[in-house]
Amino acid sequence: MKRSKRIEILDKRPVNLDGYINEWPEMGFVAMKSPYDPTPSVKVQNGKIVELDGKKREDFDFIDQFIADYAINISRTENSMAVSALDIARMIVDIHVSRKEILELVSGITPARMAEVMNYLNVVELMMGMQKMRARKTPGNQAHITNLKDDPVQLAADAAEGALRGFAEEETTMGVARYAPLSAMAILIGSQIGRPGVLTQCSAEEATELELGIRGLTTYAETLSVYGTEKVFIDGDDTPYSKAFLNSAYASRGLKVRFTSGAGSEVLMGNSEKKSMLYLECRCLYATKGAGSQGIQNGSVSCIGVPGAVPGGIREVIAENLVAALLGLECASSNDQSFSNSDMRRTARTMLQFLPGTDFIFSGYAAEPNYDNMFAGSNFDAEDFDDYNVLQRDMQVDGGLRPVTEEEVIRVRNKATKAVQAVFRQLGLSPISDEQVEAVTYAHGSKDTLPRDVTADLMAAEDVLKRGITGVDVVRALAEAGYQDVAESVLNMLKQRVVGDYMQTAAILDKDFHVLSGVNTPNDYMGPGTGYRVEGKRWEEIKKIPHLIDPKDI
Amino acid sequence: MQMNEELIKKIVDAVMEQIGQLDNKTDNKPATVSSLAGKDRINEIKTDYSSYPRAKKGTDPKEIVIGVGAAFQKEIKRTICDIPLDEVLRNVKAGIEEEGMNARVVKILDTSDVCFMALEAAKLSGSGIGVGIQSKGTTVIHQKDLYPLSNLELFPQAPLMTLETYRQIGKNAAKYVKGEQVVPVPCTNDPMSRPRYQVKAALMHIAETEQLDPAVGAIEWEGR
Repeated sequence: MKRSKRIEILDKRPVNLDGYINEWPEMGFVAMKSPYDPTPSVKVQNGKIVELDGKKREDFDFIDQFIADYAINISRTENSMAVSALDIARMIVDIHVSRKEILELVSGITPARMAEVMNYLNVVELMMGMQKMRARKTPGNQAHITNLKDDPVQLAADAAEGALRGFAEEETTMGVARYAPLSAMAILIGSQIGRPGVLTQCSAEEATELELGIRGLTTYAETLSVYGTEKVFIDGDDTPYSKAFLNSAYASRGLKVRFTSGAGSEVLMGNSEKKSMLYLECRCLYATKGAGSQGIQNGSVSCIGVPGAVPGGIREVIAENLVAALLGLECASSNDQSFSNSDMRRTARTMLQFLPGTDFIFSGYAAEPNYDNMFAGSNFDAEDFDDYNVLQRDMQVDGGLRPVTEEEVIRVRNKATKAVQAVFRQLGLSPISDEQVEAVTYAHGSKDTLPRDVTADLMAAEDVLKRGITGVDVVRALAEAGYQDVAESVLNMLKQRVVGDYMQTAAILDKDFHVLSGVNTPNDYMGPGTGYRVEGKRWEEIKKIPHLIDPKDI
Repeated sequence: MQMNEELIKKIVDAVMEQIGQLDNKTDNKPATVSSLAGKDRINEIKTDYSSYPRAKKGTDPKEIVIGVGAAFQKEIKRTICDIPLDEVLRNVKAGIEEEGMNARVVKILDTSDVCFMALEAAKLSGSGIGVGIQSKGTTVIHQKDLYPLSNLELFPQAPLMTLETYRQIGKNAAKYVKGEQVVPVPCTNDPMSRPRYQVKAALMHIAETEQLDPAVGAIEWEGR
C-alpha cells in the first residue's frame, strides 16, 4: 500500500512507542469494571458480617474475612448499603456535604459498592472528590533520591537539594540492595540540611527496612505491599494479618508508616481472578484500612504500564486515589514511575492529582535525572523542575515545590556532601574524597561524579549493621564534626519517634518540627471560599520563577 | 507444543505490533488486533512434568543451581528483548564454569516469582548459591539463608539484559561460592522500558504462571 505521509509522521510520535492492549477481563486487563466483578451486598448476623459482596462467610478467602472483620464499620453497614451508589457519588461532588459526613457514610459500604460508586464519576468529578476528601488541608510532595552508583555522597546532595525545593518526604532505594544502611544514612543527613523536618525512608526488603527504621536511620516506611487476590498475597509470602503485624512493629517504635498497592499488580503477577483493577484495588485499600495503617501509596505505582495500556486506565488511577481518601487514608498518589514516551501524555496523567491536590502528589518525583532513578524512572524528574514550577505558577496551584536559586542549590549540596564525608570519617566507614565532594556539589547526575570503591562501601554498609550503628551515633558524629545544627535536626527527627504525633494520618513536619496532619490541620473544603487556597506568602514564593523578564533591561 | 508456540507468537506479535517494535516492516498495521476476551489462558495446553525426575538437593560444594521458569525453553523460547533462552542458559553456565564451579539446571514449578525461584534454587544448590531466571529474562542471584525478597544481586529490568550480562551473572554467582569480594554487575536503567514493555512482561508472566505445577515442585532440567 502507498503510505500516507501524515500517518507515517503520526506513527513515529512518541505516544506510539507506548504499549496498549485490548481489554481482556479474564486476565484482569480491564480498568474500571469487569463482567466478573461481584454485585455489592452485605448481611450482618449477631454483630458479624456473614455475607460480603455476594459471598457467604464460609466461602470467604482471607482478604474477604479480613475486610469483613476489620475494615467495614459493622454497626452502620446495613444503613450505608441502603444508600444507592449513585446517591453516594453525587454526595461526593456536592459541596454542601462535608468530608466528615462522607467518611462516616462510606465507612459502612463494601469494596464492590465502592467500585460501583467510582464508576458513576468522570475524571473531573473524581478530581472534585479528591479536592474535598484529601486528608491534610495542604497538599504535599515526595521525592525519590537515588542514583545508578548507589553513591551515598550524591544521595546526600540530592536529598539536600530536594528538601530545599520543597519535598516533605524523601525516599531512596538501591541498585545493590546491600548499600541500604549507607543510603538511609546519607539521605537522613542530606534532607535535614536542605530543610529541617523532611521525613526520609529507604525502600528495601521488609526486614531490612524495619531494622533501619528501628535504628533511627529512617523516619518513615512506605513499602508494605498489599494485594487484591489471595494468591498474589501468598506468592509474596504474606497475608493481610502479617502486614498488620508488621505495621504494628513500626508503630511500636513510633515510626510513621504507610502501605503500598495499586492497579495492575495482580495482572502482572498473573492472578487477577478475572476482576477489574479498580475492584481489586478497593480490596487492597480496605485491607490497608483494616490493618490500621494511616495511609497508602497507590495509583498503580510501579505497575502503571498495565492500567496505562487499557481503555479508561488513567481514570481508574485517580479513582483508586479517591477511594483511599474516602476510606480516610493518607494518599501518596503515585506519579512516581515513568509512564509514557509522550511528554503530553505523562503531563496529562499527573494533572489528575496535581490540580485537586493530594497528600503527596508524587510518591515520588525523581529529584535526580531519570537515568539515575533506581525505581526504574519516575514520571517527572530533575530536568522537569522548572516546568513543574511554571505549572504551579500558571494555574495558581500548590504542587508542593518552589523555585530556588543556583546559589542556594550549590550551598546545600556542598554542605550535605561535606557533612556525609565527616560522618563517614567519624564512624570509620569508607572514605569520601574531597574530589568527590567537589564533583557531587556541582553535579547533575552520576555521569558527572567519580566512581566509588564499591567493595569498600559494601563492607562499610555491613559494618553499620554489625556494629549496631543508630541514628544517635549519626547525631554524635555530626556534632563532633562541627555540624551542630544538622545534629540537632537529626536529633529532633528521632524525638518525633518518642512523641508519636507524626503517626497521625497524613502527617508531615514543618521546618520547626511541628506536625501538620489530617488531624490537626484537616481538609475543610466545602466549595468556593473554603479549604486550602494558594495565597499570601506561598503564592509569592510560587511566583518567583527564574528567567523572568526584567522590564528595566529593555 | 507447536500449537502453543504459535499461539504465544501470535499474541506477542500482536502486542509488539502495537508497541511499535516492528516498525521496520512498514506495511500498514491492521485496524483491529486479536482479542483474547473470553479465553482463560494464553496456551490452551499445560505441559505435564509429572514424569520428569524431581530436583534433588545437591551435595557438591562447588555446585550452583540455576532455577528456570515454568515456561522456560518450552512455551517461551526467547526473553522479552528477544534473546534465545538457550543462549541465556549457555552463558550463565559458561560464566559459572569459567570460575571453576559447576552448574546444574532445574525448572521451578512451585512459583513464578523470581526471588522465590532463586531462593529455591539456592536451597537445592550444594553451595547454597542459586540463580533464578524467569522466561522473560529477569534474573536474581540468591543465597539459601537470606530472606526471600532479599538477594545478592537482582536484575529487574529484563529488556536491558544482554548475553554478556548473563555471563557476568554466572561468574559473580561463582565468586560468591568462592567467598571472594564480589563487585556486583553494574546496574543499568532505562526509564522508558516500563511504558514499552510492561504489558508484554505481564503477558509473558501469565504464560509462565499458567504452567506452574506445585504438586510436582522442581524438576531436573539439565539435558532435557
